[in-house]
Order: sequence, then C-alpha cells, then structure tokens
Amino acid sequence: MTARDWLLDDSPASRLQANLGRAWRMGTTLLRNPLAVVGAAIILGLILTAAFAPWIAPETPFGQDLANRLQPPSPQHWMGTDELGRDIFSRVVYGSRITLMIVSLVAVISAPLGLIVGAVAGYFGGWPDRLLMGVTDVFLSMPKLILALAFVAALGPGIENAIIAIAITAWPAYARIARAETMTFRNSEFISAVRLLGASHGRIIFRHVLPLCTSSMIVRVTLDMAGIILTAAGLGFLGLGAQPPMPEWGAMISRGRSFILDQWWVATMPGFAIILVSLGFSLLGDGLRDVLDPKQAGER
Amino acid sequence: MGATLGSGSIRMRRLGRGAGALGGFVVVTALTFLGLLAITFFIGRVVPIDPVLAVVGDRASQAQYDTARAAMGLDRPLAVQFLSYVGEVLRGDLGHSITTNRPVADDLARVFPATLELATLGILIGVVLGVPMGVWAAARQGSWIDQAIRVFALLGYSIPAFWLGLVGLAIFYAGLGWVAGPGRVDIYYDGLVPVHTGLLLVDSAIAGNWTVFFNALDHLALPATILGFFSLAYIARMTRSFMLDQLGQEYITTARVKGVPEWRVIWVHAFKPIRVPLITVIGLSYAGLLEGSVMIETVFSWPGIGNYLTQALLNADMSAVLGATLVIGSVFILINKLSDVLYRVLDPRSRQ
Repeated sequence: MTARDWLLDDSPASRLQANLGRAWRMGTTLLRNPLAVVGAAIILGLILTAAFAPWIAPETPFGQDLANRLQPPSPQHWMGTDELGRDIFSRVVYGSRITLMIVSLVAVISAPLGLIVGAVAGYFGGWPDRLLMGVTDVFLSMPKLILALAFVAALGPGIENAIIAIAITAWPAYARIARAETMTFRNSEFISAVRLLGASHGRIIFRHVLPLCTSSMIVRVTLDMAGIILTAAGLGFLGLGAQPPMPEWGAMISRGRSFILDQWWVATMPGFAIILVSLGFSLLGDGLRDVLDPKQAGER
Repeated sequence: MGATLGSGSIRMRRLGRGAGALGGFVVVTALTFLGLLAITFFIGRVVPIDPVLAVVGDRASQAQYDTARAAMGLDRPLAVQFLSYVGEVLRGDLGHSITTNRPVADDLARVFPATLELATLGILIGVVLGVPMGVWAAARQGSWIDQAIRVFALLGYSIPAFWLGLVGLAIFYAGLGWVAGPGRVDIYYDGLVPVHTGLLLVDSAIAGNWTVFFNALDHLALPATILGFFSLAYIARMTRSFMLDQLGQEYITTARVKGVPEWRVIWVHAFKPIRVPLITVIGLSYAGLLEGSVMIETVFSWPGIGNYLTQALLNADMSAVLGATLVIGSVFILINKLSDVLYRVLDPRSRQ
C-alpha cells in the first residue's frame, strides 16, 4: 500500500488519515488549476521574500547615498534610487514584511471576530440574531475605505491604527458568511446529538459549529486580501498609514509622486509589487473557492 | 393564486407588495442611516482622547477648559449628546470647517457636483464596455478571449487606483500629451460659465460655451476612464457569471435546437433575464465609484468631495471629515438600498 493509497482510502481508520486525505485531494485539485498555481507561487514568493529580506536585498532599506539620488534603473540599482539615494529594490523587498504583517494582523483580528458574531447569531436565532445582524448590516452598507479613513483620522496616523481601522471594516462580511453557514446546520441531527449529551452552548459553537465554517472563511479571507492590501497602501499613500522612513509600498508611491513626470521609477516600481501581490491573492482565492466552496463559485 | 381573482385584484396585490417593499425600504434605510450617525458620532466624540484639548490646546487653564467643555456640550450624558447630534444633522448643520472657515454643509454642496460628474462618466464607461465584455467572455467560455477578459477584470481588483492615476498622468498627459492635466478645467477658463447645476459639462452646454465644454471633457477623460476601468472590472465579472448561469439552462438548448441564430440566443434569450440582477450590480458599482473617487481626486487635484475629505484629514479638521463621511455614507446607503428594492420590485421570483 503506497502513501497515496493510504491518503485516498475511502474508509480512513483515524481522524488524522481522513484530514490528510482531504488535504491531499484538495491540493491535487488546486494544482490542476494553472491560475491558482500562479497565485500560490506569488504568495509563497511574498512569504519567502519577507523571511529572507536581508539576504535578497542588496542594500539596507534606510541606507542613504545622496551622491546617487534619483538614479534611473541600472544594473546596480535595477529599480533605480529614490530622492535620498536609497536603493528602491531593497526597499520594495523589505516592504514585503510590512505588507505581510498588515494582511496577517487584519486577518487574525477580523476573521475570528466575524466568525464568532456570525456563529452566535446563526446558532441562537431570535433577538440576538436580529441585533447582531442589524449591526453587521449597518457596517456592511457603509463604504469601507471612507470608514477606515474616518477611523484613522480619529485614532491618529500610524500603521497600528491603520490595521485596526481596516480590521473594523473587514469583519462584517465574515459575520454574514458564518451566520449563513451556521443556519444551514443549526437544526441538523449531529448538533441535537451533542446537545443531548449535555454540551454547553459555548462548547457546541466552538467545537462543532465554528470548525465547519472555516473553509468558506478561508476562501473569503483570501479573496479579501487584495482589497486589504489596496486599502492599506491607500492609507499609506495619503500619509495616514505607515510613516516614513518605513518602506511601505503605498507611502513609497506617495514620496515618488512629486517626481512622477521626470523620475517615473520612484513611484512606479512599488506599484508593481502591490499589483503582483494583490493579483496573487485574487488568483489563489479564486482557485481555493472552486475547491473548497463550489456553491459560490463564479460569484463575488 | 386562484382563478377567481380578477386581473384588477392581482394588480392591487402587486401594488400592495410594491408599497410593502417601499415601507420596508424606508424603515431599513432610516435604521441604517441612524447606524451611520452612531458611527460618526462615536468617531467624532468618543474615539479622540480629548476633543476639548484639541480645541483649547494643552496650555489652557482648568477654568478655560471647563468653559470650553460646557460650550461644546460635552458635560452632558452621552445619550443626550447623541440625540442633539442627530438633531443637528437632520437640520443640515454639519458643523464648521476650521480649514475653509465656512459651514461644512455649504462646502460639501459646493464640491459634490464635481464628484458626481466624475463618477457618472465613470459608470457610463464601465457599463458600456463592461457588459459586452462580460457577455462576450461568457459566450466564448474557456477560450483565450475569456481568459484574457478574466485576467483583465482581476487586474481591476489588484491595481491601486492612485498608482494608476499617477502612471496615467505620466504617460497620457506628460508623455503623449493626449489629455489635459490635473484639475477640472484649465485655469484661464475657471469661473467663465455661470453655475446652474455645478456639473461643468451641463453648465457649459447651457451657456453654449463649447470651448469650456471640450476643455472640461479633456480634463475629465483620464480620471473618468480610470474610474470606469474599476467599475468595468466588477461589471464584466458579474455579467460573465450571470450569463454563464443562463447559458447552462435548458431553454437555451431548446432555442438553439429550434435554430434561433446564436446572436439572438445570447442577446435576447439569455440576456433578458440577467437585466434585473445587472441593475443591482451597476447600482453597487456606482456607489463604489463615489468611494473610489477619493483616491483618484487626490491624485488629479479634482475639487470634489474626495479631495475635500483628504484635505480635511491632513488638517485634522474633524467636522469636515465627519461631514464628508456622512454624506458619502448616506449616498452609498441610499444607492445600496434602492438597488435592493428595485431588484425586489422587478424580479418576479423574489416577490414571494
């Protein structure tokens, strides 16, 4: 019996075997979708770049060299240098760490929040549902970017506040999904069985309801990543997110704005990084949705 | 529905449902608007560490501080403060801007038409190009055209609007000289036509001043095309998926078997049923453009509500920030709920 047979066994002997088998099947399906593979490769590239930034970047992101300011792209500085003579490629490489930090923190804050709100609303129904979903709908029908801008204005500029503001605007979509998922199996027999065994509401929600919501949540979060990156970069561009000299991509574009007509590379190069990473998340999210959540495939 | 019902009573019922939908729409919209007010109130009076300090500065004496606090009404309970805030907003009082030294409501009324003009032209571009692209992609599902349109649409989700604006300016204004630069109109044409609607294209057409009209169009071309690209991405993607749903149905096969020409199958048989959901998509996209114009206006120095908002942000002018947030939010909510109710009225399936 090969490892593949063991993974694809129709009657797995343990929970581990079942989970690994499921992961294997999904992985192979995903690999058959070329665009999803491209997306996954881009995201893997982002993670590796962030992890090995000091080894990839030829120079430090803060090293000024005023003699070589605003140099066009060349073999030494193949994305050129900015107004302080810093190597733009090195700054873009280090910027991947900031982007990765922003998207992970927003996901870690907003996904569990939305998950719990949605699961509690869907599980209990009645007035908790109406109250929680009312609040969710108010947030959902609000323009996200404007709301984030207003929150940052009140909290003060800075990358931490930008992350908080984006997370505040991101959770309602997850609450909607978690509620819809929970509603579909709220009255199913396995939930009644657990309840008869004397499990508390908290245990049912955390151990039996939430795990079933995770796959559609992963899809949604991946698809939302592109939007989160664009919002964070927009806040950086307006001077409300990461502050200089941090090599955040949006802030870098903002600095290059004054040179756009003569030294186009200063503003243009970080933009390519944003596009590449956002596109990677969109492609991967599309592929994941086809695998994990065929119901909503094709919609967005 | 029984055979005993005459057509008159059916019409009555339909009207009743329409009124029911309208009533629900008013209640839901009012509640959502109240939620928006609660959020802006929260942002304006609860989140900042001390709004009084922001006004009097940290060198004020305790007595000055207390006077300012009482004058701002901050010594009252939070619920009372919120109620008076709601009252002020309903009376059209959005506070005073510290940058322009004018009432925020007046400022917003002055800048809003510029945004409206930009977003309207943007959505026109998005619909005129996006719908046919989506239909075309669906009709050739799996072909290279379909893949190309898919990637093109995905780019709309991945390109930062402000970056595209900068690159567009560098290429089409500075490089090729095809379009005019930032601003609504060349400086020497500014204020030449009398203001009726605030929409420069309409005003200059009324005045019969075609020089200004074409100059304004020249200035609008690039920002409107860029905004249009983002709505195109969304509209094309949704149109494609709606069309694929329809093209997979059996009635399409029947039409093809009967020998209906392919263009008729696509544009008449399959396209008719998707018009209603498309209206919702276009409405949402229009609302999204009002929001998206914030970034574009900043890049193009477009004197609209987005530019007003970002200027206020940079000057920490909180009344102006919250006023602009409130107006954009209200328009967003209104379009959102209107397309919702329109869907319900137009789609027979959702009437049950």
